[in-house]
Amino acid sequence: MSFIANLPLFCIVASLVCSVISSVLNGKLARWLSMALSLAVAVCSLLVLGMVWQNGEPLTYLMGHFPHPWGNEIRLGILESFFSFVFAAVMFLCMQGAKIALTQDLEAGKRQFYFVMTDLIQAALLVLAYTNDIFTGYVFIEICTLASCGILMIRQTGRAILASVRYMIFSLIGSGLFLLGVTILYGITGHLLLPSLHEAAAELWHTGDYRIPLTSSICLITVGLAIKSGLFPFHYWMPDTYGCATPCSSAILSGLVSKGYIFFLLKVIFSGFGTEVFYGSGVQNVLFVFGICGMIFGSIGAIQENDIFRMLANSSAAQIGYVYLGIGISPEAGVIGALFHILTHAVTKPVLFLSASRLSDTAGGSKRFKDLQGSGYAFPLAGFAFSLGALSMIGIPMTMGFMSKYLLAVAGLEATFKAVPTLLALALSTILNTFYFARTIIRLYTPGTPLSSAAPWRAQASFGLSAICFSLLNLGAGISASPLIALLRHGLEFFGKVG
Amino acid sequence: MLQTLWDSRVNCIAVILFAVGFATLLLHRNLFKKILGLNIMDTASCLLLTSLGYIEGRTAPIIVDGVTDVQRYGNPLPAGLVLTGIVVSVSVTAVMLALTVRLYERYHTLDLDEIYMLARQEEGEK
Repeated sequence: MSFIANLPLFCIVASLVCSVISSVLNGKLARWLSMALSLAVAVCSLLVLGMVWQNGEPLTYLMGHFPHPWGNEIRLGILESFFSFVFAAVMFLCMQGAKIALTQDLEAGKRQFYFVMTDLIQAALLVLAYTNDIFTGYVFIEICTLASCGILMIRQTGRAILASVRYMIFSLIGSGLFLLGVTILYGITGHLLLPSLHEAAAELWHTGDYRIPLTSSICLITVGLAIKSGLFPFHYWMPDTYGCATPCSSAILSGLVSKGYIFFLLKVIFSGFGTEVFYGSGVQNVLFVFGICGMIFGSIGAIQENDIFRMLANSSAAQIGYVYLGIGISPEAGVIGALFHILTHAVTKPVLFLSASRLSDTAGGSKRFKDLQGSGYAFPLAGFAFSLGALSMIGIPMTMGFMSKYLLAVAGLEATFKAVPTLLALALSTILNTFYFARTIIRLYTPGTPLSSAAPWRAQASFGLSAICFSLLNLGAGISASPLIALLRHGLEFFGKVG
Repeated sequence: MLQTLWDSRVNCIAVILFAVGFATLLLHRNLFKKILGLNIMDTASCLLLTSLGYIEGRTAPIIVDGVTDVQRYGNPLPAGLVLTGIVVSVSVTAVMLALTVRLYERYHTLDLDEIYMLARQEEGEK
């Protein structure tokens, strides 16, 4: 095993160490440290991806030289390293793009604590992607929850604290259910490592013993993670949370944190329960139905809002619905669609939040649509980035959003009974998406009253760079999606294999 | 039936406790009661784990008097998990209490609905 195999562990430890160091630095240094960390993690993840790709099969990195079923393990696969790369890169671009917003929203002496939290989130996302142990996953789910709560409440308005209380309550219900599910699973199988769980669960499924505890543990784990990632009907915390947090927090929470939970759920499904057991238990049909409901009701919620951030938050709820729809359809094509949509949303939603914050800045800080009229002219780059993101969310060809909807529709066609509901839901939700995003774009480009002056050029440059990167990624992956899909498909084959 | 129920009495109690905690966390309007509910829920999970790890007649895996027979000792892993669970629950409770203090200082009430109304009014005044 080469040196590169050590890198994921180094990255995790480095993130934790950086979060401790950040607390004694000043705000500016802490921000630089955090961004350097994300960049380093992204590079390391790419190296790991290259190594695993060459190796041709997933590697298991033992922590403390005990193989399963005893020790703790890290699993190096294609999807794990690729998603770590995406998460780290998006994290970097979020912090890059939100420079002005962060200076405005954070108290001067407390800025460094924000980056303590983002470093912790970075560590938690890495662990959720790489770990092979379900209990380690649980611990880092909680760390992620606490850190997310931290980046919400750092803006000291009453609404923000209230929103973080709500967020905490929903998250804690979710992690409570997850823990109960893990406990039951441990009780019937005696294992916590995913490869051993895989064998034990398959054996239990074939003998038919403990069918009810096994099914209920699958339900509890799935529902727990679904609540935490904001699936309908548990998405009510989203509008409040994303609406009053600082834009960088909204971008990180909607683009990364909720995706981290979904990725961990997929990991547990594929390498823990095994697709045969999970898709035999019928839980996927529940996800399918709630996914469709989320797509529709999230969009209806977005139409009713007259605050741009709350609209984006409701739209996030709808996008989470797409992902669960994909997981619900089938373990192959459906999950590829879901994974692609995770990428789409991770690249699109942060730039929407960031550019909305810039646009609202030109309107004197107001987030209401009527005040934003004409702001697309006041800050053309933000207007362009927002419009491109919105088109991608609608699913216009040449953007990533189109590809993920296409993949989901194709996956739906292959499934006998789910074809009609999938296509209808996709069509209806596209119409609703078009309605509220087109309305917003038209607002932005309707000539309006004279607006307050835009921020100085140098300060805008940090946002400009990140907006351009996000837009290029979006267009690039939308135009030539086939290598990306091939990577996901190859990675998914790896996912079920025991390394 | 009754025998099975009696045999799994600890599990039943754990599940009932979990449901009580869950309902309290979800349904009560008082923030402090919500936090209590959260703690009850975590305790239930810990109880379930502990009961799974306990086998009658076996002791902690510390070798005494040179007895190395596997049958004498229980698995220490569930106890380790319970400890981790307790640590997690303590830290979560601390954060929730801190948030509650902040809200109380601002709005002088613990009722979540009332706080919500006050926050809305505050926003309206702006």
